[in-house]
Amino acid sequence: MTSFVYAGARQKITIFVVINLLIAGYLGYALVAPASSIKTTLLPGTTTHGHYQIELDCNACHARDMSFIQDSCVRCHADELKLAGDTHPASKFNDPANAELLRVLDAQKCVTCHSEHVPEQTRPIGVTLPLDYCWHCHQDVADNRPSHRGMTFDSCATVGCHNYHDNSALYEKFLDSHHGESERLETRLVRTRDFSQRWRSQRPDRYPLLPEHADNPVRADNSNADVVERAVVDWADTGHAASGVNCSECHQSDSNDSSTWSDQVEMAACGNCHQAEVETFGQGRHGMRLAAGMSPMQPKFARLSMHSDAAHRELTCNACHPGHRFDTRYAAVQACLNCHADSHSSSYQGSGHAVLWQKELAGELPADSGVSCATCHLPRIESSDATLVTHHQNFNLRPIEKMIRSVCGNCHGLQFSLDSLADPELSLNCYSTAPSRTVESIDMAHRWFEAQSQKRSRRKQP
Amino acid sequence: MKRKFLIGTFTLALGASVVATIAVGTSGCGSTEAALTPPTGISPQKFADGVHAVMMADRTVYATHVVTRLKKQSSPVTADEYWEDAENAIPLPAQMFRMGATLVDENPQAGFNYALRSNWPLNEQNHPKSDFEKKALEYIGEHPGENFYGEEELGGKKYFVAAYPDRAVAEACWSCHNEHPNRGDGYPEFAKDDVMGGVIVRIPL
Repeated sequence: MTSFVYAGARQKITIFVVINLLIAGYLGYALVAPASSIKTTLLPGTTTHGHYQIELDCNACHARDMSFIQDSCVRCHADELKLAGDTHPASKFNDPANAELLRVLDAQKCVTCHSEHVPEQTRPIGVTLPLDYCWHCHQDVADNRPSHRGMTFDSCATVGCHNYHDNSALYEKFLDSHHGESERLETRLVRTRDFSQRWRSQRPDRYPLLPEHADNPVRADNSNADVVERAVVDWADTGHAASGVNCSECHQSDSNDSSTWSDQVEMAACGNCHQAEVETFGQGRHGMRLAAGMSPMQPKFARLSMHSDAAHRELTCNACHPGHRFDTRYAAVQACLNCHADSHSSSYQGSGHAVLWQKELAGELPADSGVSCATCHLPRIESSDATLVTHHQNFNLRPIEKMIRSVCGNCHGLQFSLDSLADPELSLNCYSTAPSRTVESIDMAHRWFEAQSQKRSRRKQP
Repeated sequence: MKRKFLIGTFTLALGASVVATIAVGTSGCGSTEAALTPPTGISPQKFADGVHAVMMADRTVYATHVVTRLKKQSSPVTADEYWEDAENAIPLPAQMFRMGATLVDENPQAGFNYALRSNWPLNEQNHPKSDFEKKALEYIGEHPGENFYGEEELGGKKYFVAAYPDRAVAEACWSCHNEHPNRGDGYPEFAKDDVMGGVIVRIPL
């Protein structure tokens, strides 16, 4: 009897030890495993909208001991902050005289305001501080700006007033200089794309190619003849053929060695010529998984509503620029709507913007006057010597006022743009109706400059 | 006793060797002659005076030979506070000065930082921030031609701090300040040679 009880206890202990060893082994493997679903167990809480795509790649943000690496924020976000003329860069607080302020709010660490895995305290654009954070350093703002008297500090960063980092479309002089603008500007055009022109001007030895120039190898048994014929017909009508880019340049790793031919084209091949497009694609939500070395993003991973039949599509260049046509007009609208099923996307076809786009396609309006999904979400950015179509689809969405300079301001006055962006209903109906609220900041800035000008005049009077 | 003496001698010799090694290592010169030269250095005050001289020289050259020259030649290029958004615009001398301070702030090798402060700043962020800065601005305002030196502790670190008067040297400077929308009601009417603020140079000790 005693021996039976003893054996039972030993069996329980053995089971207990084995279970614990299995759990420890599972967790241990999860720690060292590459980015995959096994790491889900380690997630301490829901990740923000900006990072969940790569949440299983713990090392994107954490060291091996799971401590957080500040440089990981800088690695992905430094360029865009610099481009925005960050009004609170970490270096601003290097001045030792700010030591006391930093003791209250360490503005040199991103996580002071943007913690991760804390959904219960995460606000729009990943802010995890109470929204009155400006108070810590700007308590006396009303002394110099009496118009701000009585305003609460949780209203500073509402749309149309201030942002912590990007105030490029909100600083006083900008607001004042756009005071009184009409709802629609006289000229309503976006920048003209210039990639082909630049590419060709750098390669004067290239000439337009015709179907008979295509160097696509047809197999000896002619088994791929149909595919080749269709591909060549499509290709001959593209900018690639017009720019002298032959089949082998994308399909062969060595364009002089036909044995390196591959039917599949890697994104790296696209990046040989479209470097900026591939690079910016990796910065947005469509491509950030690939940039992190993970599998491509698929609509099934998305938190926004997606069409169920699109769930397993993989987002690479070819997802929006399919086949051999690489049709940018298709990529600008239909490619988006094939996956996106949220209210904003579904409302696009009924919007005034879509009407303009259709008219541009029909030749009833000039080029660059229509508004597609890409017009707003893959905006054309001016660099020193080129107009770049950024493929970072989130480039101008956080904060939303980023859209003013890159998109809205091409066609609309500042007041109408701010009012529209501040109206949550319009975001849902894809800006199909007029805004129902008025942002006061432009009038406030204008009144301020007027008052100061009057004071100046009075001072000059004898 | 003898043992203690030997240990003491050895310790002294080791100490001297370490000092000599540090002296050679920090002299920035690898020659034998330099290694034999007794270590010398400059005081924080001398260093601060030196970097301040360079800052002011650069700003004066920019104000005189770039900004004023463009104006005299009626060039379409002008210095503008909102130069980033304005056509044919370059930064004001004070902005050029502050941009330099930002670059130094971003450079971990610089070993010092500097800032413009004023009791009448056009940008509220340029008010004196510490008690030392307040005292320094008061002193250089009341003692024309003098600088103010001292030490202060900020965030648990000790600094040597030098404050230099920032004077109204070019008409464009004081007229722009006097006319600026951000000037408060009690703002002084600045004129030539007035102390408009101070340049603070801070060196960690």
